Amino acid sequence: MFKITQAEFLAPGIKRFVIEAPRIARKQKPGQFVILRLYERGERIPITIESSDPARGTISVVVQSVGKTTHLLNSLNAGETLLDVVGPLGKPSEIVQFGTVAIIGGGVGVAMAHPTAAALKRIGNRVISIIGARTKELVILEKDMREVSDEVMVTTDDGSYAAKGFVTDKLQELIKRGERLDLVLAIGPIPMMRAVAEVTRKLAIRTIVSLNPIMIDGTGMCGGCRVLVDGKSQFACVDGPEFDAHRVDFAVLTRRNSTYRTEEKTSMDEFRESHRCQAEESRL
Amino acid sequence: MTAISRSPNPLNLKERIKLPRQAMPEQPALKRAHEFTEVNLGYSEELARQEALRCLECEKTTCVDNCPVGVKVREFVSLIVAGDFQGAAAKIREDNALPAITGRVCPQEDHCEGSCKLGKKGEPLGIGYLERFVADYEQRLGVHTQVTAAPTGKKVAIVGSGPSGLSAAGDLIQKGHAVHVFEALHEIGGVLVYGIPEFRLPKHIIRQQVDYLRTMGVEFETDVVVGRTVSIDELMNDEAYDAVFIGTGAGLPVFMNIPGEHLNGVYSANEFLTRINLMHAYEFPKYDQPMADFRGKDVGVIGGGNTALDAIRSALRLGARKAYIIYRRSDAEMPARQEEVKHARQEGVEFQMLTSPVEFLSDENGWLKAARCVRMKLGAADDSGRMRPEPIPGSEFDLPLSVAVLAIGTTANPMIQSTTPSLRTNKRGYIEADSVTQRTTRKGVFAGGDIVTGSATVILAMGAGRRAAKSIHQYLTTGQW
Repeated sequence: MFKITQAEFLAPGIKRFVIEAPRIARKQKPGQFVILRLYERGERIPITIESSDPARGTISVVVQSVGKTTHLLNSLNAGETLLDVVGPLGKPSEIVQFGTVAIIGGGVGVAMAHPTAAALKRIGNRVISIIGARTKELVILEKDMREVSDEVMVTTDDGSYAAKGFVTDKLQELIKRGERLDLVLAIGPIPMMRAVAEVTRKLAIRTIVSLNPIMIDGTGMCGGCRVLVDGKSQFACVDGPEFDAHRVDFAVLTRRNSTYRTEEKTSMDEFRESHRCQAEESRL
Repeated sequence: MTAISRSPNPLNLKERIKLPRQAMPEQPALKRAHEFTEVNLGYSEELARQEALRCLECEKTTCVDNCPVGVKVREFVSLIVAGDFQGAAAKIREDNALPAITGRVCPQEDHCEGSCKLGKKGEPLGIGYLERFVADYEQRLGVHTQVTAAPTGKKVAIVGSGPSGLSAAGDLIQKGHAVHVFEALHEIGGVLVYGIPEFRLPKHIIRQQVDYLRTMGVEFETDVVVGRTVSIDELMNDEAYDAVFIGTGAGLPVFMNIPGEHLNGVYSANEFLTRINLMHAYEFPKYDQPMADFRGKDVGVIGGGNTALDAIRSALRLGARKAYIIYRRSDAEMPARQEEVKHARQEGVEFQMLTSPVEFLSDENGWLKAARCVRMKLGAADDSGRMRPEPIPGSEFDLPLSVAVLAIGTTANPMIQSTTPSLRTNKRGYIEADSVTQRTTRKGVFAGGDIVTGSATVILAMGAGRRAAKSIHQYLTTGQW
C-alpha cells in the first residue's frame, strides 16, 4: 500500500499527487516512470514521475483523466492509498551539457518534461521551454517551468491565453530568430511529438521524445510496449521511454495504442454510469 | 513373489504389475474448453490408494535420482498405501516446497515417471497425480511444518518469487535464516502466476503454497524491481543482506523479426498470458485490464512448448473459433508435456506441424488478417540434437488469423546484470553460476533457474533453488566462499 500525502488539481482533470514510496524516491531520476495499480481488480498504468523527495520518501506524479483508471485515480485524495506503485522504471533522461536545449511540453506532458528541464538547467544548459495546451485553464506548471528555464513560451490552441497556435509555431519562431538548438525534447500527445519531429528533421536537430505505448509489467517481460525505432523492435519500458524522434515510427505507435479502444470505452462508460463523474467535478 | 518386507503393501509384485494406472478424473473436454476452471480434478482417497498399490518399491530408486529436487518417491508412496496421507505430504515437503504446484505442472515423463520400472512394459506409476493428491490433502487439513532450527541471525535476499526463489526460500527458512523475497510484479509466484493459466494451475493453489511459506516465516515484498528499485549492491551494503539469490526467470520475449510483427493482434506469449493470468483479462470488464475480443475469431500460436499450449488453450476459452498451434518441427520434437498435448487435442486445438510464418498480413485498419506460412521439412541435426527445420520452396500459404501469439522463447533480461558490477554473464546474457553450488562470480551472490540456464521448467528451476539454498547455508555457516 502506498499512501497519498497530497493531492491537488492543477487544472480541470489534471491532478498532482504526492505519494509515499521511499524506495522509489531514493532512486528516481528525471525521465523515469512508475506503474500504478489502484485496487485489486485494477489495471497497471505507467505514469512519469514528476519529482521525488528522498528525505521525505515521497514521489510526485501528475495525472490527466483520460480513461477509467485515471478518472478513478483523480477521484482520490490525501490520506487514501494506492495498492501498487513500482519503479523507477525506464532509462533516465540523458543529462549532459548540450548547450541550448528546447524543452517542449504539450498538455500534461509539461509535468513529465519539468524534471528533465530542471536537471539540464542545473548543470548549465541554456533551457528554452515551450508549453502548449488546448486552452487557458489547461496550462499547467508555467511558474515551475519559468524557474528552471532561461525563457518560456506558451501557446494555446484557441488563443485564450498567451500566443494562439501550436508548440511547433514557437519552435519555428526560435529557429527563425537564429537560435542554434543542440537538443529538442518533446513530451506530449503523439501528434504533437510527431509534428515536432518533422520540424527538426529537416534541420537535423537532435530530438528526443518520450513514448507512452501500452504497457503491462514495465520490466521487459511482456513486450507489449514494443515500438518500431529505425525499423527495429524496442521496448519502451527498458530501452526507453525516450527515443530519437527521427527514428520512431509514430504511425505504428498510434495504431498499437488504439488496440483496446472498444474495451477502454466499455470501461469508461461503465465507470461514468456508476460515478457520473461527480466526484471530480464537485472538487473543482 | 512375496510382498516386500515391512511394506504396508499387501500385494505381491505380480499383482501390482497387473493393476492398471488409475486415470486422472478430468472435466469433459467440450465443457472445459470454454471455461478457465481446472481441467484435472484430482484423485479421490480411493483412487490414490489404488494407484499407490502399484509401486514396485524398487531397491534402486531411479525415480528419486531423476527428480531435480530429490522427492523420496518410494517413501511417500508407501505412506499413502498405509493411509498416512499427512505423513506422505510431510515426506514430500522434506525436498519440495511446492508439492501442490509440481504435482500439477511438472513434466513427470521426463523425470520420476520417465524412469519408473512399471513404464518399461506398461504405464508408469502416477507419481505426479499422487503428489498432487497428498499436497491437496494437506491443504484441506491446514497443517504446517514448524521451523525447528534456531535463528542464525543471517539474512538472505531472494530476488524473484518464481519456482527457484520459492524453493530456495523454503529450504533456507528451515535452516533458521531470515528470508526476504523481492518480487517485481504485484503478486507472488513469478511465472506460476503470470505464465501458467488457471485451468492448469489455479491461483488459489499458488496462494496456499505461498501462505505456507509465509507461516514458516518467509517475508515477501512485491513491487520491487531489483536492478531498478534497488540494486544488488544496495541490498548487501545498505540493507545488510548476508547473501542474495537471483532467480529472476527467463525475461525478454523473442520476436521473429518478420514483417507485420507490429500489427494489432500480434502478441508475445508473455504479454498474452500475463494479460489473462496475472491481470484476469478474461474477466474483463469485471477486471480492468482489457484483452481483444476473441469470440468467433481465428487464433494461431507459434511454438510447440508448454507456453504455446497454454496460450492456445486460453484462446479457445476466450471464445476463439479456430485455434491453431503452428510449429516448425513435427510432433516428436514438441517440447510440451504429453498431457498438455493430449488435453489440447481433446479440446479441439488444430496442429499445423512443420509450418512457420514468414509474414503477418494486415487488414485495412492495421489489424492482423492472416499469417503467410511456409511448410517445413526436417534436415540434418542442429546443435540441440534436433533435426533442423528447413522451408520447402514454393509451399507458402495464407492462414487467416485475427490474433497471433509468438511463443518461441525468451532471452535474458539484462536489468540485474547491467547494474551489478562483477557479476559475469555468458555470451547469451545469462548469469554465470556454478551448476552445483549456484555461486556467481560475485561473493555472496547465487543464481539459479531460467536466468542461468535459459527457459526450462518449473521443476528444474526448483532444483536450482534447492542447490543454491544448500550452498548459501554452507556459505553462511562457514563464511567460506
